[in-house]
Amino acid sequence: MSIDIDTARKVAHLARIAVAEEDLPALAGELSGILTFMEQLNEVNVDGVEPMTSVTPMRLKRRADVVTDGGYPEKILSNAPDAREGFFAVPKVVE
Amino acid sequence: MLDHLAYKAPEPKVIAGAKADWELVIGLEVHAQVASNAKLFSGASTTFGAEPNSNVAFVDAAMPGMLPVINEFCVAQAVRTGLGLKAQINLTSAFDRKNYFYPDLPQGYQISQLYHPIVGEGEIIVDMGPGVARRVRIERIHLEQDAGKSIHDMDPNMSFVDLNRTGVALMEIVSRPDIRGPEEAAAYVAKLRQILRYLGTCDGNMQNGNLRCDVNVSVCRPGAYERWQETGDFGHLGTRCEIKNMNSMRFIQQAIEYEARRQIAIVEDGGTVVQETRLYDPDKGETRSMRSKEEAHDYRYFPCPDLLPLEIEQAWVDDIAASMPELPDEKKARFVSDLGLSEYDAGVLTAEVENADFFEAVVAACGDGKLAANWVINELFGRLKKEGHEIGDSPVTPAQLGGIIALIKAGDISGKIAKDLFEIVWTEGGDPAAIVEARGMKQVTDLSAIEKAVDDIIAANPAQVEKAKANPKLAGWFTGQVIKASGGKANPAAVNEIVAKKLGL
Repeated sequence: MSIDIDTARKVAHLARIAVAEEDLPALAGELSGILTFMEQLNEVNVDGVEPMTSVTPMRLKRRADVVTDGGYPEKILSNAPDAREGFFAVPKVVE
Repeated sequence: MLDHLAYKAPEPKVIAGAKADWELVIGLEVHAQVASNAKLFSGASTTFGAEPNSNVAFVDAAMPGMLPVINEFCVAQAVRTGLGLKAQINLTSAFDRKNYFYPDLPQGYQISQLYHPIVGEGEIIVDMGPGVARRVRIERIHLEQDAGKSIHDMDPNMSFVDLNRTGVALMEIVSRPDIRGPEEAAAYVAKLRQILRYLGTCDGNMQNGNLRCDVNVSVCRPGAYERWQETGDFGHLGTRCEIKNMNSMRFIQQAIEYEARRQIAIVEDGGTVVQETRLYDPDKGETRSMRSKEEAHDYRYFPCPDLLPLEIEQAWVDDIAASMPELPDEKKARFVSDLGLSEYDAGVLTAEVENADFFEAVVAACGDGKLAANWVINELFGRLKKEGHEIGDSPVTPAQLGGIIALIKAGDISGKIAKDLFEIVWTEGGDPAAIVEARGMKQVTDLSAIEKAVDDIIAANPAQVEKAKANPKLAGWFTGQVIKASGGKANPAAVNEIVAKKLGL
Protein backbone atom coordinates (compact mmCIF):
# COMPACT_ATOMS: atom_id res chain seq x y z
CA MET A 1 0.00 0.00 0.00
CA SER A 2 1.36 3.39 -0.84
CA ILE A 3 0.49 6.75 0.66
CA ASP A 4 0.22 9.62 -1.82
CA ILE A 5 0.78 13.27 -1.02
CA ASP A 6 -2.92 14.03 -0.64
CA THR A 7 -3.35 11.23 1.87
CA ALA A 8 -0.28 12.41 3.79
CA ARG A 9 -1.72 15.93 3.91
CA LYS A 10 -5.06 14.62 5.15
CA VAL A 11 -3.53 12.40 7.81
CA ALA A 12 -1.41 15.30 9.05
CA HIS A 13 -4.49 17.50 9.27
CA LEU A 14 -6.54 14.86 11.07
CA ALA A 15 -3.71 14.51 13.61
CA ARG A 16 -3.46 18.33 13.85
CA ILE A 17 0.24 18.21 12.90
CA ALA A 18 1.45 21.16 10.85
CA VAL A 19 3.46 19.81 7.91
CA ALA A 20 4.92 22.19 5.35
CA GLU A 21 3.85 21.48 1.77
CA GLU A 22 7.45 20.82 0.68
CA ASP A 23 7.85 18.16 3.40
CA LEU A 24 4.83 16.14 2.25
CA PRO A 25 6.51 14.09 -0.52
CA ALA A 26 9.21 12.84 1.84
CA LEU A 27 6.63 12.12 4.54
CA ALA A 28 4.41 10.23 2.10
CA GLY A 29 7.41 8.16 1.06
CA GLU A 30 8.29 7.29 4.66
CA LEU A 31 4.73 6.34 5.53
CA SER A 32 4.56 4.13 2.43
CA GLY A 33 7.81 2.47 3.48
CA ILE A 34 6.43 1.71 6.94
CA LEU A 35 3.24 0.23 5.53
CA THR A 36 5.13 -1.88 2.98
CA PHE A 37 7.33 -3.21 5.77
CA MET A 38 4.27 -4.10 7.85
CA GLU A 39 2.66 -5.77 4.89
CA GLN A 40 5.11 -8.65 5.25
CA LEU A 41 2.82 -9.81 8.07
CA ASN A 42 0.16 -10.57 5.46
CA GLU A 43 2.31 -13.45 4.27
CA VAL A 44 1.61 -15.37 7.49
CA ASN A 45 -1.48 -17.57 7.44
CA VAL A 46 -3.44 -16.78 10.61
CA ASP A 47 -6.65 -18.63 9.76
CA GLY A 48 -8.27 -19.81 12.97
CA VAL A 49 -5.70 -18.11 15.22
CA GLU A 50 -7.15 -16.01 18.02
CA PRO A 51 -5.61 -12.53 18.20
CA MET A 52 -3.03 -12.42 21.00
CA THR A 53 -3.73 -9.45 23.22
CA SER A 54 -1.16 -10.10 25.93
CA VAL A 55 2.06 -12.09 26.30
CA THR A 56 1.03 -13.26 29.75
CA PRO A 57 -2.37 -14.74 30.53
CA MET A 58 -4.04 -11.72 32.07
CA ARG A 59 -7.58 -10.66 32.69
CA LEU A 60 -8.68 -7.05 32.25
CA LYS A 61 -8.19 -5.39 35.62
CA ARG A 62 -11.39 -4.03 37.17
CA ARG A 63 -12.19 -1.43 39.79
CA ALA A 64 -15.10 -1.25 42.22
CA ASP A 65 -17.74 1.48 41.76
CA VAL A 66 -16.35 3.68 44.51
CA VAL A 67 -15.33 7.33 44.31
CA THR A 68 -11.61 7.35 45.08
CA ASP A 69 -10.32 10.20 42.97
CA GLY A 70 -10.93 13.80 41.89
CA GLY A 71 -11.48 16.85 44.05
CA TYR A 72 -8.38 18.71 42.90
CA PRO A 73 -9.50 21.17 40.21
CA GLU A 74 -6.46 23.39 40.82
CA LYS A 75 -4.15 20.53 39.86
CA ILE A 76 -6.25 19.68 36.80
CA LEU A 77 -6.04 23.29 35.65
CA SER A 78 -2.42 23.90 36.64
CA ASN A 79 -1.03 23.28 33.13
CA ALA A 80 -3.83 25.03 31.27
CA PRO A 81 -2.65 27.92 29.06
CA ASP A 82 -5.72 29.81 30.24
CA ALA A 83 -8.22 29.05 32.98
CA ARG A 84 -10.99 31.19 34.40
CA GLU A 85 -13.42 30.61 37.22
CA GLY A 86 -12.51 26.96 37.44
CA PHE A 87 -12.90 26.31 33.70
CA PHE A 88 -10.41 25.74 30.93
CA ALA A 89 -10.71 28.81 28.71
CA VAL A 90 -10.22 28.11 25.00
CA PRO A 91 -10.78 30.09 21.80
CA LYS A 92 -14.50 30.19 20.98
CA VAL A 93 -15.74 26.92 19.49
CA VAL A 94 -19.40 27.17 18.68
CA GLU A 95 -21.46 25.16 16.24
CA MET B 1 -49.89 -9.17 26.04
CA LEU B 2 -46.32 -10.41 26.42
CA ASP B 3 -46.79 -12.12 23.12
CA HIS B 4 -46.06 -9.28 20.76
CA LEU B 5 -47.72 -11.20 17.95
CA ALA B 6 -50.98 -10.28 19.66
CA TYR B 7 -50.21 -6.67 18.83
CA LYS B 8 -51.11 -5.00 15.60
CA ALA B 9 -48.36 -2.86 14.06
CA PRO B 10 -49.26 0.83 13.70
CA GLU B 11 -49.68 2.37 10.26
CA PRO B 12 -46.59 4.25 9.09
CA LYS B 13 -46.92 8.02 9.01
CA VAL B 14 -47.59 9.33 5.51
CA ILE B 15 -46.64 12.88 4.55
CA ALA B 16 -48.23 14.33 1.44
CA GLY B 17 -45.61 16.16 -0.61
CA ALA B 18 -46.42 18.55 -3.45
CA LYS B 19 -46.32 15.68 -5.95
CA ALA B 20 -46.67 12.41 -4.06
CA ASP B 21 -47.08 10.65 -0.74
CA TRP B 22 -44.00 9.85 1.30
CA GLU B 23 -43.18 7.59 4.25
CA LEU B 24 -40.51 8.00 6.90
CA VAL B 25 -37.81 5.58 7.97
CA ILE B 26 -36.23 6.34 11.33
CA GLY B 27 -33.48 4.80 13.43
CA LEU B 28 -32.27 6.08 16.79
CA GLU B 29 -29.02 6.08 18.70
CA VAL B 30 -29.76 6.77 22.34
CA HIS B 31 -26.95 7.78 24.68
CA ALA B 32 -27.90 6.79 28.20
CA GLN B 33 -25.67 7.74 31.09
CA VAL B 34 -24.97 4.68 33.22
CA ALA B 35 -26.19 5.14 36.79
CA SER B 36 -22.98 4.64 38.79
CA ASN B 37 -20.99 6.36 41.53
CA ALA B 38 -17.68 6.54 39.70
CA LYS B 39 -16.68 7.01 36.06
CA LEU B 40 -16.12 4.24 33.51
CA PHE B 41 -12.33 4.22 33.73
CA SER B 42 -11.49 6.38 36.76
CA GLY B 43 -12.43 6.78 40.42
CA ALA B 44 -13.82 10.30 39.96
CA SER B 45 -17.43 11.00 40.94
CA THR B 46 -20.30 11.20 38.44
CA THR B 47 -22.37 13.62 40.55
CA PHE B 48 -24.16 16.24 38.46
CA GLY B 49 -23.74 19.92 39.19
CA ALA B 50 -20.42 19.83 41.07
CA GLU B 51 -17.96 22.75 40.93
CA PRO B 52 -16.26 22.83 37.50
CA ASN B 53 -13.38 20.40 37.05
CA SER B 54 -13.71 19.05 40.59
CA ASN B 55 -14.98 15.58 39.54
CA VAL B 56 -11.91 14.98 37.41
CA ALA B 57 -9.12 12.45 37.94
CA PHE B 58 -5.81 12.66 36.09
CA VAL B 59 -7.02 9.79 33.88
CA ASP B 60 -10.01 11.87 32.77
CA ALA B 61 -7.80 14.87 32.08
CA ALA B 62 -5.59 12.58 29.95
CA MET B 63 -2.45 13.38 31.88
CA PRO B 64 0.53 11.51 30.38
CA GLY B 65 1.13 8.05 31.80
CA MET B 66 -2.33 7.59 33.28
CA LEU B 67 -4.07 4.31 32.47
CA PRO B 68 -7.79 3.50 32.39
CA VAL B 69 -9.11 0.81 34.79
CA ILE B 70 -12.67 -0.32 34.06
CA ASN B 71 -15.48 0.10 36.59
CA GLU B 72 -16.99 -3.39 36.90
CA PHE B 73 -20.37 -2.05 38.01
CA CYS B 74 -20.73 -0.08 34.75
CA VAL B 75 -20.18 -3.36 32.90
CA ALA B 76 -22.87 -5.01 35.04
CA GLN B 77 -25.24 -2.13 34.27
CA ALA B 78 -24.73 -2.60 30.52
CA VAL B 79 -25.36 -6.34 30.88
CA ARG B 80 -28.48 -5.67 32.94
CA THR B 81 -29.72 -3.29 30.27
CA GLY B 82 -29.05 -5.88 27.58
CA LEU B 83 -30.99 -8.51 29.52
CA GLY B 84 -33.84 -6.02 29.95
CA LEU B 85 -34.00 -5.59 26.17
CA LYS B 86 -33.95 -9.38 25.67
CA ALA B 87 -30.63 -8.97 23.92
CA GLN B 88 -27.67 -11.19 23.34
CA ILE B 89 -24.86 -10.65 25.87
CA ASN B 90 -21.37 -10.94 24.41
CA LEU B 91 -19.05 -12.64 26.88
CA THR B 92 -16.10 -11.14 25.04
CA SER B 93 -16.12 -7.51 23.97
CA ALA B 94 -13.35 -5.01 23.35
CA PHE B 95 -12.62 -1.29 23.44
CA ASP B 96 -11.55 0.88 20.54
CA ARG B 97 -10.36 4.44 20.22
CA LYS B 98 -12.47 6.86 18.22
CA ASN B 99 -10.14 9.69 17.31
CA TYR B 100 -11.17 13.32 16.94
CA PHE B 101 -10.20 16.72 18.28
CA TYR B 102 -12.48 18.88 20.35
CA PRO B 103 -11.71 21.05 23.39
CA ASP B 104 -13.93 18.96 25.68
CA LEU B 105 -12.09 15.73 24.78
CA PRO B 106 -8.65 15.94 26.40
CA GLN B 107 -7.54 12.45 25.29
CA GLY B 108 -8.07 13.30 21.64
CA TYR B 109 -10.07 10.08 21.41
CA GLN B 110 -13.14 8.54 22.97
CA ILE B 111 -12.84 4.98 24.26
CA SER B 112 -15.78 3.13 22.71
CA GLN B 113 -16.70 -0.31 21.39
CA LEU B 114 -16.99 -0.26 17.60
CA TYR B 115 -16.00 -3.76 16.57
CA HIS B 116 -17.04 -5.89 19.55
CA PRO B 117 -19.90 -4.35 21.58
CA ILE B 118 -20.88 -5.89 24.92
CA VAL B 119 -24.54 -6.32 23.91
CA GLY B 120 -25.90 -7.60 20.60
CA GLU B 121 -29.39 -7.83 19.13
CA GLY B 122 -32.49 -7.25 21.24
CA GLU B 123 -35.89 -5.61 20.94
CA ILE B 124 -38.31 -3.12 22.45
CA ILE B 125 -42.08 -3.32 22.14
CA VAL B 126 -43.28 0.27 21.73
CA ASP B 127 -46.92 0.69 22.74
CA MET B 128 -48.88 3.02 20.46
CA GLY B 129 -52.33 2.55 22.02
CA PRO B 130 -54.41 -0.41 23.23
CA GLY B 131 -53.58 -3.43 21.09
CA VAL B 132 -51.23 -1.50 18.83
CA ALA B 133 -47.46 -1.65 19.19
CA ARG B 134 -44.30 -1.43 17.12
CA ARG B 135 -41.58 -4.00 17.63
CA VAL B 136 -38.31 -2.10 17.27
CA ARG B 137 -35.19 -4.21 16.94
CA ILE B 138 -32.07 -3.20 18.85
CA GLU B 139 -28.88 -3.64 16.86
CA ARG B 140 -26.37 -3.28 19.69
CA ILE B 141 -25.44 -1.57 22.94
CA HIS B 142 -21.89 -0.50 23.57
CA LEU B 143 -20.10 1.14 26.47
CA GLU B 144 -18.21 4.37 25.92
CA GLN B 145 -16.92 7.51 27.61
CA ASP B 146 -18.87 10.72 27.70
CA ALA B 147 -17.13 13.97 26.70
CA GLY B 148 -16.80 17.13 28.79
CA LYS B 149 -19.01 20.16 28.54
CA SER B 150 -18.29 23.39 26.68
CA ILE B 151 -20.00 26.59 27.75
CA HIS B 152 -20.18 29.28 25.11
CA ASP B 153 -22.13 32.07 26.74
CA MET B 154 -19.85 33.16 29.56
CA ASP B 155 -17.45 35.18 27.40
CA PRO B 156 -17.78 36.76 23.94
CA ASN B 157 -14.47 35.40 22.66
CA MET B 158 -13.83 32.26 24.68
CA SER B 159 -15.45 28.91 25.32
CA PHE B 160 -15.21 27.51 28.83
CA VAL B 161 -14.60 23.80 29.33
CA ASP B 162 -15.66 21.68 32.31
CA LEU B 163 -14.35 18.10 32.37
CA ASN B 164 -16.66 16.83 35.14
CA ARG B 165 -18.64 14.75 32.65
CA THR B 166 -15.51 13.56 30.83
CA GLY B 167 -15.21 9.80 31.17
CA VAL B 168 -18.63 9.17 32.69
CA ALA B 169 -19.96 5.85 31.35
CA LEU B 170 -22.51 5.94 28.56
CA MET B 171 -24.48 3.17 26.93
CA GLU B 172 -25.10 3.83 23.28
CA ILE B 173 -28.26 1.94 22.37
CA VAL B 174 -28.66 1.61 18.60
CA SER B 175 -31.98 0.70 17.00
CA ARG B 176 -32.64 -0.73 13.56
CA PRO B 177 -34.52 1.57 11.16
CA ASP B 178 -37.84 0.11 12.32
CA ILE B 179 -39.51 3.35 13.43
CA ARG B 180 -42.04 4.84 11.00
CA GLY B 181 -43.09 8.23 12.35
CA PRO B 182 -42.27 11.10 14.74
CA GLU B 183 -44.76 9.89 17.37
CA GLU B 184 -43.29 6.38 17.23
CA ALA B 185 -39.80 7.82 17.71
CA ALA B 186 -40.88 9.71 20.83
CA ALA B 187 -42.77 6.66 22.11
CA TYR B 188 -39.67 4.54 21.52
CA VAL B 189 -37.53 6.89 23.59
CA ALA B 190 -40.21 6.99 26.29
CA LYS B 191 -40.41 3.18 26.43
CA LEU B 192 -36.64 2.78 26.48
CA ARG B 193 -36.41 5.39 29.23
CA GLN B 194 -39.09 3.55 31.21
CA ILE B 195 -37.23 0.24 30.93
CA LEU B 196 -33.90 1.84 31.94
CA ARG B 197 -35.57 3.41 34.97
CA TYR B 198 -37.16 0.10 35.97
CA LEU B 199 -33.74 -1.54 35.64
CA GLY B 200 -32.02 1.27 37.54
CA THR B 201 -29.29 1.45 34.91
CA CYS B 202 -29.94 5.09 33.89
CA ASP B 203 -31.95 7.75 35.72
CA GLY B 204 -33.43 8.91 32.41
CA ASN B 205 -33.07 12.60 33.29
CA MET B 206 -33.28 14.20 29.85
CA GLN B 207 -33.02 17.75 31.14
CA ASN B 208 -29.55 17.08 32.56
CA GLY B 209 -28.58 15.33 29.34
CA ASN B 210 -28.41 11.90 31.01
CA LEU B 211 -30.54 10.55 28.15
CA ARG B 212 -30.12 12.09 24.71
CA CYS B 213 -30.40 10.83 21.20
CA ASP B 214 -29.28 11.08 17.60
CA VAL B 215 -32.00 10.45 15.04
CA ASN B 216 -31.44 9.07 11.54
CA VAL B 217 -34.20 10.10 9.16
CA SER B 218 -34.85 9.26 5.53
CA VAL B 219 -37.94 9.35 3.31
CA CYS B 220 -39.19 6.86 0.73
CA ARG B 221 -42.26 6.22 -1.42
CA PRO B 222 -44.95 3.86 -0.05
CA GLY B 223 -43.93 0.25 -0.73
CA ALA B 224 -40.18 0.93 -0.78
CA TYR B 225 -39.78 0.08 2.90
CA GLU B 226 -41.41 -3.31 2.40
CA ARG B 227 -39.06 -4.00 -0.53
CA TRP B 228 -36.11 -3.17 1.74
CA GLN B 229 -37.51 -5.56 4.37
CA GLU B 230 -37.75 -8.36 1.80
CA THR B 231 -34.37 -7.83 0.15
CA GLY B 232 -32.23 -6.09 2.78
CA ASP B 233 -31.15 -3.75 -0.01
CA PHE B 234 -30.79 -0.22 1.39
CA GLY B 235 -30.99 1.06 -2.20
CA HIS B 236 -34.77 0.95 -1.81
CA LEU B 237 -34.61 3.54 0.97
CA GLY B 238 -33.74 7.23 0.74
CA THR B 239 -30.48 8.84 1.83
CA ARG B 240 -30.52 9.50 5.54
CA CYS B 241 -29.47 12.48 7.59
CA GLU B 242 -28.49 12.29 11.22
CA ILE B 243 -29.89 14.88 13.62
CA LYS B 244 -27.57 15.11 16.59
CA ASN B 245 -27.98 15.35 20.29
CA MET B 246 -31.62 15.93 21.22
CA ASN B 247 -32.83 15.71 24.79
CA SER B 248 -36.56 16.42 24.59
CA MET B 249 -39.40 14.26 23.30
CA ARG B 250 -41.05 17.30 21.78
CA PHE B 251 -37.90 18.39 19.90
CA ILE B 252 -37.36 14.84 18.63
CA GLN B 253 -40.80 14.89 17.02
CA GLN B 254 -40.48 18.42 15.66
CA ALA B 255 -37.01 17.76 14.24
CA ILE B 256 -38.11 14.57 12.47
CA GLU B 257 -41.18 16.27 11.03
CA TYR B 258 -39.12 19.22 9.76
CA GLU B 259 -36.32 17.05 8.43
CA ALA B 260 -38.70 14.73 6.55
CA ARG B 261 -40.40 17.70 4.86
CA ARG B 262 -37.03 19.23 3.99
CA GLN B 263 -35.91 15.98 2.31
CA ILE B 264 -39.23 15.56 0.48
CA ALA B 265 -38.96 19.11 -0.90
CA ILE B 266 -35.41 18.42 -2.14
CA VAL B 267 -36.34 15.16 -3.85
CA GLU B 268 -39.55 16.51 -5.40
CA ASP B 269 -37.54 19.42 -6.73
CA GLY B 270 -35.32 16.96 -8.60
CA GLY B 271 -32.43 17.28 -6.16
CA THR B 272 -30.64 14.66 -4.07
CA VAL B 273 -30.38 14.48 -0.30
CA VAL B 274 -26.80 14.67 0.92
CA GLN B 275 -25.92 12.31 3.76
CA GLU B 276 -24.79 14.58 6.56
CA THR B 277 -24.99 15.44 10.23
CA ARG B 278 -27.52 18.10 11.16
CA LEU B 279 -28.47 20.03 14.26
CA TYR B 280 -32.01 20.91 15.34
CA ASP B 281 -32.57 24.52 16.35
CA PRO B 282 -35.65 24.56 18.59
CA ASP B 283 -35.94 28.37 18.45
CA LYS B 284 -36.21 28.42 14.67
CA GLY B 285 -37.87 25.00 14.44
CA GLU B 286 -35.47 23.81 11.73
CA THR B 287 -32.47 21.58 11.20
CA ARG B 288 -29.21 22.85 9.78
CA SER B 289 -26.03 21.25 8.54
CA MET B 290 -23.10 20.80 10.94
CA ARG B 291 -20.40 21.25 8.34
CA SER B 292 -17.59 21.01 10.87
CA LYS B 293 -18.58 17.42 11.60
CA GLU B 294 -18.06 16.23 8.05
CA GLU B 295 -14.33 15.78 8.03
CA ALA B 296 -14.32 14.70 11.65
CA HIS B 297 -16.23 11.61 10.51
CA ASP B 298 -12.86 10.07 9.70
CA TYR B 299 -12.46 8.68 13.20
CA ARG B 300 -9.60 6.24 12.44
CA TYR B 301 -10.86 3.67 14.95
CA PHE B 302 -8.34 1.17 16.27
CA PRO B 303 -8.29 -1.22 19.26
CA CYS B 304 -7.41 0.62 22.47
CA PRO B 305 -3.92 -0.59 23.43
CA ASP B 306 -4.49 0.36 27.08
CA LEU B 307 -7.27 -2.16 27.62
CA LEU B 308 -7.38 -5.93 27.31
CA PRO B 309 -10.55 -7.45 25.87
CA LEU B 310 -13.41 -7.45 28.36
CA GLU B 311 -14.19 -11.06 29.22
CA ILE B 312 -17.11 -11.88 31.46
CA GLU B 313 -18.38 -15.24 32.69
CA GLN B 314 -21.79 -16.71 31.91
CA ALA B 315 -22.29 -17.40 35.64
CA TRP B 316 -21.84 -13.68 36.36
CA VAL B 317 -24.39 -12.83 33.68
CA ASP B 318 -26.73 -15.45 35.18
CA ASP B 319 -26.41 -13.80 38.59
CA ILE B 320 -27.46 -10.48 37.09
CA ALA B 321 -30.33 -12.20 35.26
CA ALA B 322 -31.51 -13.71 38.55
CA SER B 323 -31.75 -10.25 40.13
CA MET B 324 -33.77 -8.64 37.33
CA PRO B 325 -36.86 -6.70 38.41
CA GLU B 326 -40.25 -7.22 36.81
CA LEU B 327 -40.24 -5.08 33.67
CA PRO B 328 -43.02 -2.74 32.46
CA ASP B 329 -44.51 -5.10 29.84
CA GLU B 330 -44.72 -7.97 32.32
CA LYS B 331 -46.06 -5.79 35.11
CA LYS B 332 -48.70 -4.30 32.83
CA ALA B 333 -49.74 -7.76 31.60
CA ARG B 334 -50.02 -8.97 35.19
CA PHE B 335 -52.14 -5.98 36.23
CA VAL B 336 -54.53 -6.75 33.36
CA SER B 337 -54.71 -10.52 33.81
CA ASP B 338 -54.48 -10.86 37.60
CA LEU B 339 -56.14 -7.67 38.82
CA GLY B 340 -58.63 -7.19 36.00
CA LEU B 341 -57.47 -3.67 35.11
CA SER B 342 -58.01 -2.14 31.68
CA GLU B 343 -54.91 -1.95 29.48
CA TYR B 344 -55.11 1.83 29.73
CA ASP B 345 -55.20 1.90 33.54
CA ALA B 346 -52.43 -0.70 33.72
CA GLY B 347 -50.37 1.50 31.40
CA VAL B 348 -50.89 4.57 33.58
CA LEU B 349 -49.99 2.69 36.76
CA THR B 350 -46.84 1.10 35.32
CA ALA B 351 -45.49 4.23 33.59
CA GLU B 352 -43.21 4.89 36.55
CA VAL B 353 -41.98 2.08 38.74
CA GLU B 354 -42.58 4.18 41.91
CA ASN B 355 -46.26 4.53 40.96
CA ALA B 356 -46.58 0.81 40.31
CA ASP B 357 -44.98 0.00 43.67
CA PHE B 358 -47.34 2.39 45.48
CA PHE B 359 -50.35 0.90 43.71
CA GLU B 360 -49.33 -2.65 44.59
CA ALA B 361 -48.94 -1.68 48.23
CA VAL B 362 -52.47 -0.23 48.16
CA VAL B 363 -53.79 -3.46 46.63
CA ALA B 364 -52.01 -5.46 49.32
CA ALA B 365 -53.72 -3.33 51.98
CA CYS B 366 -57.26 -3.47 50.56
CA GLY B 367 -57.40 -6.59 48.40
CA ASP B 368 -59.21 -4.94 45.47
CA GLY B 369 -57.22 -4.14 42.33
CA LYS B 370 -59.91 -2.29 40.42
CA LEU B 371 -60.98 -0.06 43.32
CA ALA B 372 -57.34 0.58 44.16
CA ALA B 373 -56.65 1.54 40.52
CA ASN B 374 -59.55 4.01 40.52
CA TRP B 375 -58.48 5.61 43.75
CA VAL B 376 -54.78 5.80 42.92
CA ILE B 377 -55.34 7.17 39.41
CA ASN B 378 -58.25 9.52 40.03
CA GLU B 379 -57.97 10.68 43.62
CA LEU B 380 -54.32 10.27 44.52
CA PHE B 381 -52.62 11.18 41.20
CA GLY B 382 -55.07 14.04 40.68
CA ARG B 383 -54.37 15.44 44.11
CA LEU B 384 -50.59 14.94 43.86
CA LYS B 385 -50.56 16.74 40.53
CA LYS B 386 -52.65 19.59 41.86
CA GLU B 387 -50.30 20.12 44.78
CA GLY B 388 -47.14 19.55 42.73
CA HIS B 389 -46.05 16.53 44.80
CA GLU B 390 -44.09 13.49 43.64
CA ILE B 391 -45.46 10.11 44.61
CA GLY B 392 -42.60 9.76 47.08
CA ASP B 393 -43.88 12.84 48.97
CA SER B 394 -47.49 11.68 49.11
CA PRO B 395 -48.99 12.62 52.50
CA VAL B 396 -51.27 9.57 52.19
CA THR B 397 -49.43 6.29 52.54
CA PRO B 398 -50.38 3.13 50.64
CA ALA B 399 -51.54 1.60 53.95
CA GLN B 400 -53.84 4.58 54.62
CA LEU B 401 -55.30 4.60 51.12
CA GLY B 402 -55.72 0.82 51.29
CA GLY B 403 -57.50 1.33 54.64
CA ILE B 404 -59.95 3.82 53.11
CA ILE B 405 -60.72 1.44 50.24
CA ALA B 406 -61.15 -1.47 52.66
CA LEU B 407 -63.80 0.57 54.53
CA ILE B 408 -65.70 1.13 51.27
CA LYS B 409 -65.49 -2.56 50.45
CA ALA B 410 -66.75 -3.54 53.87
CA GLY B 411 -69.76 -1.25 53.40
CA ASP B 412 -68.70 0.89 56.36
CA ILE B 413 -68.54 4.10 54.33
CA SER B 414 -69.95 5.24 51.00
CA GLY B 415 -67.80 6.40 48.11
CA LYS B 416 -68.79 9.97 48.87
CA ILE B 417 -67.83 9.78 52.53
CA ALA B 418 -64.61 8.07 51.43
CA LYS B 419 -63.65 11.24 49.56
CA ASP B 420 -64.16 13.28 52.72
CA LEU B 421 -62.14 10.71 54.62
CA PHE B 422 -59.36 10.92 51.99
CA GLU B 423 -59.31 14.68 52.52
CA ILE B 424 -58.97 14.26 56.29
CA VAL B 425 -56.19 11.67 55.96
CA TRP B 426 -54.42 13.89 53.38
CA THR B 427 -54.41 16.97 55.63
CA GLU B 428 -54.39 15.49 59.13
CA GLY B 429 -53.07 11.95 58.75
CA GLY B 430 -54.22 9.14 61.01
CA ASP B 431 -55.73 5.68 60.72
CA PRO B 432 -58.80 5.74 58.44
CA ALA B 433 -60.80 3.19 60.45
CA ALA B 434 -60.15 5.07 63.70
CA ILE B 435 -61.17 8.39 62.11
CA VAL B 436 -64.44 6.90 60.82
CA GLU B 437 -65.18 5.52 64.27
CA ALA B 438 -64.26 8.68 66.16
CA ARG B 439 -66.14 11.07 63.91
CA GLY B 440 -69.24 9.00 63.38
CA MET B 441 -68.77 8.71 59.63
CA LYS B 442 -70.00 5.15 59.44
CA GLN B 443 -72.62 4.46 56.85
CA VAL B 444 -76.13 3.83 58.15
CA THR B 445 -77.09 0.32 57.14
CA ASP B 446 -79.74 0.01 59.81
CA LEU B 447 -82.75 -0.65 57.58
CA SER B 448 -85.40 0.58 60.01
CA ALA B 449 -83.64 3.95 60.34
CA ILE B 450 -83.44 4.27 56.55
CA GLU B 451 -87.05 3.21 56.18
CA LYS B 452 -88.16 5.93 58.55
CA ALA B 453 -86.15 8.55 56.66
CA VAL B 454 -87.71 7.41 53.37
CA ASP B 455 -91.18 7.57 54.86
CA ASP B 456 -90.54 11.11 56.10
CA ILE B 457 -89.39 12.35 52.70
CA ILE B 458 -92.29 10.67 50.89
CA ALA B 459 -94.82 12.12 53.34
CA ALA B 460 -93.38 15.62 52.93
CA ASN B 461 -93.37 15.59 49.11
CA PRO B 462 -96.66 14.24 47.71
CA ALA B 463 -96.21 16.08 44.37
CA GLN B 464 -92.82 14.45 43.78
CA VAL B 465 -94.36 11.06 44.59
CA GLU B 466 -96.92 11.45 41.79
CA LYS B 467 -94.20 12.47 39.33
CA ALA B 468 -91.99 9.55 40.28
CA LYS B 469 -94.81 7.10 39.89
CA ALA B 470 -95.35 8.41 36.35
CA ASN B 471 -91.65 8.44 35.61
CA PRO B 472 -89.62 5.92 37.71
CA LYS B 473 -86.35 7.63 36.73
CA LEU B 474 -87.28 10.42 39.14
CA ALA B 475 -87.03 8.02 42.10
CA GLY B 476 -83.38 9.02 42.30
CA TRP B 477 -84.51 12.36 43.70
CA PHE B 478 -85.84 10.58 46.83
CA THR B 479 -82.65 8.59 47.22
CA GLY B 480 -80.70 11.81 47.05
CA GLN B 481 -82.89 13.50 49.63
CA VAL B 482 -82.61 10.59 52.04
CA ILE B 483 -78.83 10.45 51.75
CA LYS B 484 -78.67 14.20 52.21
CA ALA B 485 -80.85 14.01 55.31
CA SER B 486 -78.54 11.34 56.73
CA GLY B 487 -75.49 13.55 56.23
CA GLY B 488 -74.26 11.25 53.50
CA LYS B 489 -74.12 8.29 55.79
CA ALA B 490 -77.05 6.27 54.47
CA ASN B 491 -76.03 3.36 52.29
CA PRO B 492 -77.11 4.35 48.75
CA ALA B 493 -77.88 0.80 47.63
CA ALA B 494 -80.13 0.20 50.63
CA VAL B 495 -81.87 3.56 50.18
CA ASN B 496 -82.50 2.87 46.50
CA GLU B 497 -84.10 -0.43 47.26
CA ILE B 498 -86.35 0.94 50.00
CA VAL B 499 -87.38 3.99 47.93
CA ALA B 500 -88.38 1.72 45.03
CA LYS B 501 -90.37 -0.52 47.36
CA LYS B 502 -92.18 2.34 49.10
CA LEU B 503 -93.09 4.04 45.85
CA GLY B 504 -94.29 0.73 44.49
CA LEU B 505 -92.00 0.87 41.46
